[in-house]
Amino acid sequence: MDLSTTYMGLNLRNPLVVSASPLSRSIDNLRRLEDAGVGAIVNYSLFEEQITNEIYEMDHYLMAGTESFAESLSYFPNPSETNIGPEEYLEHIHKAKKSVGIPIIGSLNAHSDGGWVTYAKQIQQAGADALELNIYFLATDPLVSSQRVEEIYIDILKAVKMNVTIPVAIKISPFFSAMANMAVRLDEAGADAVVLFNRFYQPDIDLESLTVIPNVLLSTPQAMRLPLRWVAILYGHINANLAATGGIHTPEDVIKMIMAGADVTMLCSVLLKNGADYAADILEGVEQWMKEREYVSISQMRGSMSQKFCANPESFERANYMKSLRSFH
Amino acid sequence: MARKQVTIDGNEAAAYVAFAVNEVIAIYPITPSSPMGEWADEWYSANRKNIWGTIPLVQEMQSEAGVAGAIHGALQTGALSTTFTCSQGLLLMLPNMYKIAGELTPTVFHIAARAIATQGLSIFGDHQDVMAARMTGFAMLCSDSVQEVMDMAMIAHAATLESRLPFVHFFDGFRTSHEVAKIEQLSVEDIQAMIDEELVLAHRKRRLTPDSPVIRGTAQNPDVYFQGREAVNIFYQNCPSIVQKVMDKFAKLTGRQYHLFDYYGASDADRVIVIMGSGAEACQDTVDWLIKDGQKVGVLKVHLYRPFAIEQFVAALPKTVKSVAVLDRTKEPGSCGEPLYLDVVNAFVEAGNGWVPNIVGGRYGLSSKEFTPAMIKGVYDELLKGSPKKHFTIGINDDVARTSLVYDRNLSIETKEGVRALFYGLGADGTVSANKNSIKIIGENTPMYAQGYFVYDSKKSGSVTVSHLRFGPKPIHASYLVSKANFVGCHQFQFLESYDVLKDIEEGGVFLLNSTYGPDEICQIIPRTTVETIKNKKLRFFVIDAYSVARKVGLGQRINTIMQTCFFAISGVLPKEEAISAIKETIKKTYSKKGEEILRMNYDAVDHTLVHLHEVKVPEKITSTVAMNHAIPAGAPEFVRNVTSIMISGQGDNLPVSALPCDGTYPVGTTQWEKRNIAQEIPVWDKDICIQCGKCALVCPHAVIRIKAYDAKYLQGSPSTFKSMEAKDRDWQGMKYTIQVAPEDCTGCGICVDVCPVKNKSETKLKAINMKPQPPLREEEKKNWEFFLKIPETDRNAVKKNAVRSSQALQPLFEFSGACAGCGETPYIKLATQLFGDRMVVANATGCSSIYGGNLPTTPYTKNNQGRGPAWSNSLFEDNAEFGLGFRLSIDKQKELACELVKKLESALGTQLVEEIINAKQVDEADIFQQRQRIEILKEKLKNNLSADAKLLLTIADMLVKKSVWIIGGDGWAYDIGFGGLDHVISSGRNVNILVLDTEVYSNTGGQMSKSTPRSAVAKFAAGGKSMPKKDLARIAMTYGYVYVASVSMGAKDEHTLKAFLEAEAYDGPSLIIAYSHCIAHGINMTTAMQNQKAAVASGYWPLFRFNPELLKEGKNPFQLDSGVPKGALGDFTGLENRFKMLTKSDPEAAKRLYQLAQQDINQRWQIYSAMASNLQNDNPAPQGGLSAKGG
Repeated sequence: MDLSTTYMGLNLRNPLVVSASPLSRSIDNLRRLEDAGVGAIVNYSLFEEQITNEIYEMDHYLMAGTESFAESLSYFPNPSETNIGPEEYLEHIHKAKKSVGIPIIGSLNAHSDGGWVTYAKQIQQAGADALELNIYFLATDPLVSSQRVEEIYIDILKAVKMNVTIPVAIKISPFFSAMANMAVRLDEAGADAVVLFNRFYQPDIDLESLTVIPNVLLSTPQAMRLPLRWVAILYGHINANLAATGGIHTPEDVIKMIMAGADVTMLCSVLLKNGADYAADILEGVEQWMKEREYVSISQMRGSMSQKFCANPESFERANYMKSLRSFH
Repeated sequence: MARKQVTIDGNEAAAYVAFAVNEVIAIYPITPSSPMGEWADEWYSANRKNIWGTIPLVQEMQSEAGVAGAIHGALQTGALSTTFTCSQGLLLMLPNMYKIAGELTPTVFHIAARAIATQGLSIFGDHQDVMAARMTGFAMLCSDSVQEVMDMAMIAHAATLESRLPFVHFFDGFRTSHEVAKIEQLSVEDIQAMIDEELVLAHRKRRLTPDSPVIRGTAQNPDVYFQGREAVNIFYQNCPSIVQKVMDKFAKLTGRQYHLFDYYGASDADRVIVIMGSGAEACQDTVDWLIKDGQKVGVLKVHLYRPFAIEQFVAALPKTVKSVAVLDRTKEPGSCGEPLYLDVVNAFVEAGNGWVPNIVGGRYGLSSKEFTPAMIKGVYDELLKGSPKKHFTIGINDDVARTSLVYDRNLSIETKEGVRALFYGLGADGTVSANKNSIKIIGENTPMYAQGYFVYDSKKSGSVTVSHLRFGPKPIHASYLVSKANFVGCHQFQFLESYDVLKDIEEGGVFLLNSTYGPDEICQIIPRTTVETIKNKKLRFFVIDAYSVARKVGLGQRINTIMQTCFFAISGVLPKEEAISAIKETIKKTYSKKGEEILRMNYDAVDHTLVHLHEVKVPEKITSTVAMNHAIPAGAPEFVRNVTSIMISGQGDNLPVSALPCDGTYPVGTTQWEKRNIAQEIPVWDKDICIQCGKCALVCPHAVIRIKAYDAKYLQGSPSTFKSMEAKDRDWQGMKYTIQVAPEDCTGCGICVDVCPVKNKSETKLKAINMKPQPPLREEEKKNWEFFLKIPETDRNAVKKNAVRSSQALQPLFEFSGACAGCGETPYIKLATQLFGDRMVVANATGCSSIYGGNLPTTPYTKNNQGRGPAWSNSLFEDNAEFGLGFRLSIDKQKELACELVKKLESALGTQLVEEIINAKQVDEADIFQQRQRIEILKEKLKNNLSADAKLLLTIADMLVKKSVWIIGGDGWAYDIGFGGLDHVISSGRNVNILVLDTEVYSNTGGQMSKSTPRSAVAKFAAGGKSMPKKDLARIAMTYGYVYVASVSMGAKDEHTLKAFLEAEAYDGPSLIIAYSHCIAHGINMTTAMQNQKAAVASGYWPLFRFNPELLKEGKNPFQLDSGVPKGALGDFTGLENRFKMLTKSDPEAAKRLYQLAQQDINQRWQIYSAMASNLQNDNPAPQGGLSAKGG
């Protein structure tokens, strides 16, 4: 049985890809994931904002209170060498590549114009097989229009593509007015893959302390419905590969996503919950399912249930929503 | 090949050479020599090598005595070894120095010479310390300037090897140790050329080794000790010529020729000053000026002070000299004269050639007192007199013993050449850093010479800094402050109200002001006198709104780069374009290691500055009506009005000797008269939602939040904005309650707001106390504060001491200190004074708490309306526990004597009173109140009793009222230098209360590692992260079994802190409270620092506990673990603090390794403590925090 797939020109032994998450923080974990059989790993994200903040913070605390009082003109030794840039991240990519045989995809979340290009180049140089742009842009400014937001995505993608030779995926949020159009534009701008979808941090309110607390929730199985729909709709309409992420917890979920048209399916919450080794169980389940139903390859089933090839394409559209509403009453 | 020109300070120059030619360096922090040790540690961490290609070992010791011991040992076993110290530190080394010299062991101790603590401590420079070492047998070599520091350091290291005499190499603390100057740096090849390898081998051959054993350090008897002592003489006889030989070799190598005594001046001089140290530089400048004036004067600079070479001394002087003034920067009370003076007198007499000029001696410059050309001319003028004053002082007005010389204070000899600039800034605004940068830019990019000297504040918050910079085409010898500036920069607008920043500007100079007001309105806003000066002196006046530029480019409050750019643009020190590109180049060097973003912001700052810099056209008619503000509040005591106020205004140099106490005794409670107004924002109470928990007042580091519960009648006549509410505490039913802020004393730290537990229901960002801008509130809150002070203090007997909410109505007797904004130590001291202040005697170890507790001009310990309050003193750093025990012994003895006298006087006093007095328990407030009343009755009964017993009893009767002895200090004292004493004192069983303000570093000297520093934290002297765990002082103390021990953290559990203080004080035996004190040296947000304390306790990093021996009497486990099982991992705490995070950036691998060990440390400690606690109770399981948890 052939489980292999191609993602952004990379040959993967199967479509299970670990998405950017704390799972890739340790080299040991990367090895465990490889041993569990996954096809590729998206490394955790390099956050430019965090790097900048750390620089500000360190500068602030090294300077605070200095040159004020004759006995204590400073409070810290002068660091001769500091690792305040992306060195740690790049070193990790470098080590990851040395430690595992499966492709390692870098993930970048920059916030300045120059940051995207600079760090993308550095990640390429560190040895990443591909790069995923993790664009976190919450359009909170009422003066910024949807067109502007879309342009920002396109501009970033183009700038990075011009400066790196490794394939570039773009991970986007579902909050576009015209998702299909957006996907096509990203495709035209040179995206090698579109990753559907990014989940943003969702703040919560702590009623005890009356504070807003940042909260990361693990995905629920229901979450996969959103990427499932858009993978199915986009399949066959863009050249870029499609990666599905969010709520993929079971072998069945993987199969559904592939049938909808995904080139790869990304796992995170389920592995955080059950451990890296659980990837092997999912893989085994996929194989078992395919075996039982006599599928011989992943490519055979890819897109088979996409809007393009399924029997009831309208089900992926609004009518489907109307119908499901009716079914409740 | 041209040598590298560097702009460095004296400390770095000395450390540079010392590091290159040594193998073992032992260090201990002491101002102003600490930076030498810090450089050594930083270079050690950065793997810098000495001239033999190996990295010297750097070891911090527990005290300077320890350093001297370690150096002695290292030398004896054959290593080349050195150290750096001064002042009290040098005094602690003396015993070993005799040994090292007696054994003819080559070494050099580099000393940033500093005053000795006498009637007061001083961190500033003079020669009192090195003069105390002159009988040790060390040779003594003096440097006068930063260049000389590097050169003489080299000469000393070379000469010590050949002469076998150990050397003290000294230079003036601050004036030279901290002066930044452009100098020529010796190359490695130079240093190698100066060190004779054969002599190094000879030193090694003398080492103690079991492979060829000898014995040194024998005990000698009357038969041979004397002869043995004399056996060294030949080495002392040879030393001067060896030093001169080395100086000559050095001259061949570098072109700089030195002599044992360097004469400068007229070859036919009739008057000469003999001097050593930085003052010699000022003399050289003045000699040039006087010679131009036709005067026949000269100066003899003493380099090799010991051994004193009489022949070379006499030979160095022109034979035309008729009178000599020998200037000593030291004082030896009761002697026939100061040491250098006596040496000179003796030299002339002993030279035996019949030539003995008229010699007078004078003292100058103690504690970095300015030593100016005006004073020097005053000395030369004195020598013109037929019988010049002997044993004079210069630079002060001694109106008591009449020692001082009169001189023309207005004389200035500054030349027209070059740029002399003065900058007034705040510590926080980066002015000094920017100026240091400017010196580098000019020093290293142009052929010009550059010099910078910086004058700092006596307070740690809202500190004013004044930078004195000189740039010019010739070497700069001006070892004194800038007197005629052609550029003045005032980086803080508000200074104009309090300081006459233009008093030293010359006509036609440039004045730069940072102001939010533009060029059109500024002349109406600033004081009238300032505008008049600008006009009269024809100054060019520029303004810039630097804060707005800083905000625009993302620099926040740091305006350094902006003001620096302005200086370069308008001072004319360099052509503008050249200057701007040089600034950018330096920015690149300075900031590139801090990251791209910081670099960009600073570049942007330079680019934005010039368009925002405006020249002001001063109007013909001056319209400003603003006056300068020098007001000391009305009602201040006479001493404050006449003396303290002069110091506050920066004019303390003008105070005559008669104005000052002769024995260092000063009145208390003087901070209240110094209204500093340094807070941008102050807390404002919202009584509508306040729950009266008292936490805001408890944590306030400066005691500016006060609480009173009082009768409603006192509200009569209250100002319209005075706030009051019904008191909620049941004990205060029917009373009114007010929380009042002292608006002019607040530092604006905001820590009160952070701890307020209440949130406004409609707007959750608001609390029951909120920060609001101070200026619009100042006047009305001033009135409210004054009104509040008039309301009677809440009756101490009506205050429950054991609850935070009520205890905070007790009057703090420690207020408005000069501690850092948000200080973590002062709330503990303040709490102690609230609870026990009216009966406290405090022994305070040198350190932060002695500085904010006792640094003039104003001090924070104060007294209550009955005139009672803490009596405070600082002895030394190392002896504080013993000093406090002395208090206890003295008080106990006097009490015992008083009891004996009371019994003796029973017939006069009455049996009942006698028994009541003698048997009074005095456990609580009410008992003490009653005892005080009894003593009043006793005094009344004895007032007319003429017996000797009665008279004696009246002088000591107050000792019959309980006195609470407190021994306070930081961890540097308790864990390191004073540990031996502390250990002895707690073992004594005496009733003393020891409060350790544990910041886990030497905070006062700038954050050096102590034994309290935790593993993995970065500190000075632990630049690579501390590799060993924190010492568990509490556990050591608990081993005695009869010592009350508590570990507290106010931010984590304030009620626990309060309970521990009460128990410790009540315990009739030694008590030790170790109080977690957050500190600016932790690299934390000081506003939210109490949250760090919470995290420290929650993670298990700082367990809370009490060991109360009283419980043993009840058959209970004396040890109570008061904090819960650690939650999460150590990283939850360490991730909040730069001291830990820094290592993850500088050495990620070490950070990971040390973090894991640190987690193990706290796990183990928790296991031990929970085992101790479960001796009788089994409810503290081992922590869950794992080693696999996230990193620091």
